[in-house]
Amino acid sequence: MNKDLKETIEKKHKEIEPLFEKGGKFEKFYPLFEAQDTFALTPPDVTKGFTHVRDAVDLKRVMFTVVIALLPCLLWGMFNAGHQYYHYSGIEAGPIASMFRGMWIVMPIVMTSYIVGGLWEVTFAVVRKHEINEGFLVTGLLFPLTLPPTIALWQVAVGISFGVVIGKEVFGGTGFNILNPALTARAYLFFAHAKDMTGDVWAKSIDGKTGATPLGLGASYGGDGVNVMERLSDTGYSFGTIFGGLIPGSIGETSVIAILLGAAILIVSGVGSWKIMAGGVAGLVVTAIFMNFLPTQGGIDPETGNIIQYTTWSQIPFVYHLVMGSFLFGIVFMATDPVSAAQTDVGKWIYGALIGVVTVLVRVTNPGFPEGVMLAILFMNVMAPIIDHYVVKAHIAKRNAYLRKFSYAKG
Amino acid sequence: MTEYIDIFVRAIFVNNMILAYFLGMCSFLALSKKVDTAFGLGLAVVFVLGITTPLNNIIFNLLLKDNTLVQGVDLSFLNFLCFIAVIASTVQLLEMLLDRFFPPLYNSLGIFLPLITVNCSILGGSLFMVERDYNFGQSMAFGFGSGMGFFLAIIALAGIRHKLRYSNIPDGLRGLGITFILTGLMALGFQAFASVTLQAP
Repeated sequence: MNKDLKETIEKKHKEIEPLFEKGGKFEKFYPLFEAQDTFALTPPDVTKGFTHVRDAVDLKRVMFTVVIALLPCLLWGMFNAGHQYYHYSGIEAGPIASMFRGMWIVMPIVMTSYIVGGLWEVTFAVVRKHEINEGFLVTGLLFPLTLPPTIALWQVAVGISFGVVIGKEVFGGTGFNILNPALTARAYLFFAHAKDMTGDVWAKSIDGKTGATPLGLGASYGGDGVNVMERLSDTGYSFGTIFGGLIPGSIGETSVIAILLGAAILIVSGVGSWKIMAGGVAGLVVTAIFMNFLPTQGGIDPETGNIIQYTTWSQIPFVYHLVMGSFLFGIVFMATDPVSAAQTDVGKWIYGALIGVVTVLVRVTNPGFPEGVMLAILFMNVMAPIIDHYVVKAHIAKRNAYLRKFSYAKG
Repeated sequence: MTEYIDIFVRAIFVNNMILAYFLGMCSFLALSKKVDTAFGLGLAVVFVLGITTPLNNIIFNLLLKDNTLVQGVDLSFLNFLCFIAVIASTVQLLEMLLDRFFPPLYNSLGIFLPLITVNCSILGGSLFMVERDYNFGQSMAFGFGSGMGFFLAIIALAGIRHKLRYSNIPDGLRGLGITFILTGLMALGFQAFASVTLQAP
């Protein structure tokens, strides 16, 4: 049966291939033909020249591994979106109803992202005559997972257009971009439509209910003398609930378990760099512990009028920093993007660690943004090439010194 | 102390001369093709900004400001003239000093040192100092911070442009076109620090 199917596909391919080749009727649309050829069959390309790499893992498989790793997050995101929808509408609903409702909310966002982004990808491929890359499958799925479920579809379309065109295609397509395209898209939406991206997104779509995320609570904190941990527990957030993931937030970021599953897939398959992830977690933990030593905030008790001391966002234990917001999602799926991350081994540690450090710094010292992961990763994307440059330079210097020691090199 | 650190950090990340105010773009774009050149220019800018901003602060506060030299006389319309003169002479002086005492650094900077005289971010630093009413200590922190911000931005861009050599950029965007887009995207990355403050709210 399978063999028959394969044969039929191959036969059809042979039939229509001349149409797309040079001089054929649809010559311009060769990238489209090539894309589905790669998708359906093993591409016939071999390396030209002397080196011949025999490896089943090509770009297509790498990208698909990431898509598979993202599936737990996507499924949980659907369920959670439905759950939050019913929760804030005040309707009791079972898990199956929530799942279906969530699919109804999330699927259009994912579809929009894929269709609009795909159109841009195809347009550029046709005009610039490069291949359609599977990398887009990842960008197109990562981007919706960083959005709140209540986002309008036209915003998704505008965002993914910016991400694909300005973030990736102007540099020449997959593999040449400097910033992570999905994050570029999200950052664009974040600054252009800030009101729809953060804060009480559910409150706007469903009247009268607020749905602040744990980090949003910290940002809206107005120095009223309430300890930050009390503030969290007053609104029903504990380590358990944040870890479990049945909380408001962007589609993919809420469940720590789903993200850890994805991380396991990425690390075991070797697609995502564990060095970046470990570096990021280490940087975050160290900075968070360091922040804990900052003095508590002095204020006036609104009831008694006495001067009291209360803890602020900087005194929160590091485990909360770890599970709150989108840090794990960002460090596992966004920071490990092999194109925009640092390339050298030492560079990966530095790159990851600085993402953790900047994340905490933004969360604690920046009252403008409740969450810092997205911008921390973008900032480090900008810095990654220069980190690599100096790592390589240091390595060359080290090797030269070693050679000189044994006088193998002149000078 | 926190105040000075705050000004310093904000000048590097938040009010970055290049990526927040887009000042000094000409040398930023022109000299960022190689990391080593960018490194040299960045250092030179750190020196000159760090020296001229406090120097201009003294001149402004003791001579030019309203009612300082003569009661009722406001000489602040001479701002631009004086500041540019100070910058040009500082650069000249710095050039001679470096030539005499640090020849390797002088040679690595080469032509870029005199070119700094006409760099917008240097004059911008002095003008911001006037606008924000900094005292001597603050303007010192601000000058060095702005210089460090320039330094960070230009070596980051140089690193990226080095990497971009292998990219398949559309013909129309090659060279400066993609660098402009890149600068915009870098500014997006630097937005992480917008409204960071170290002082207690």
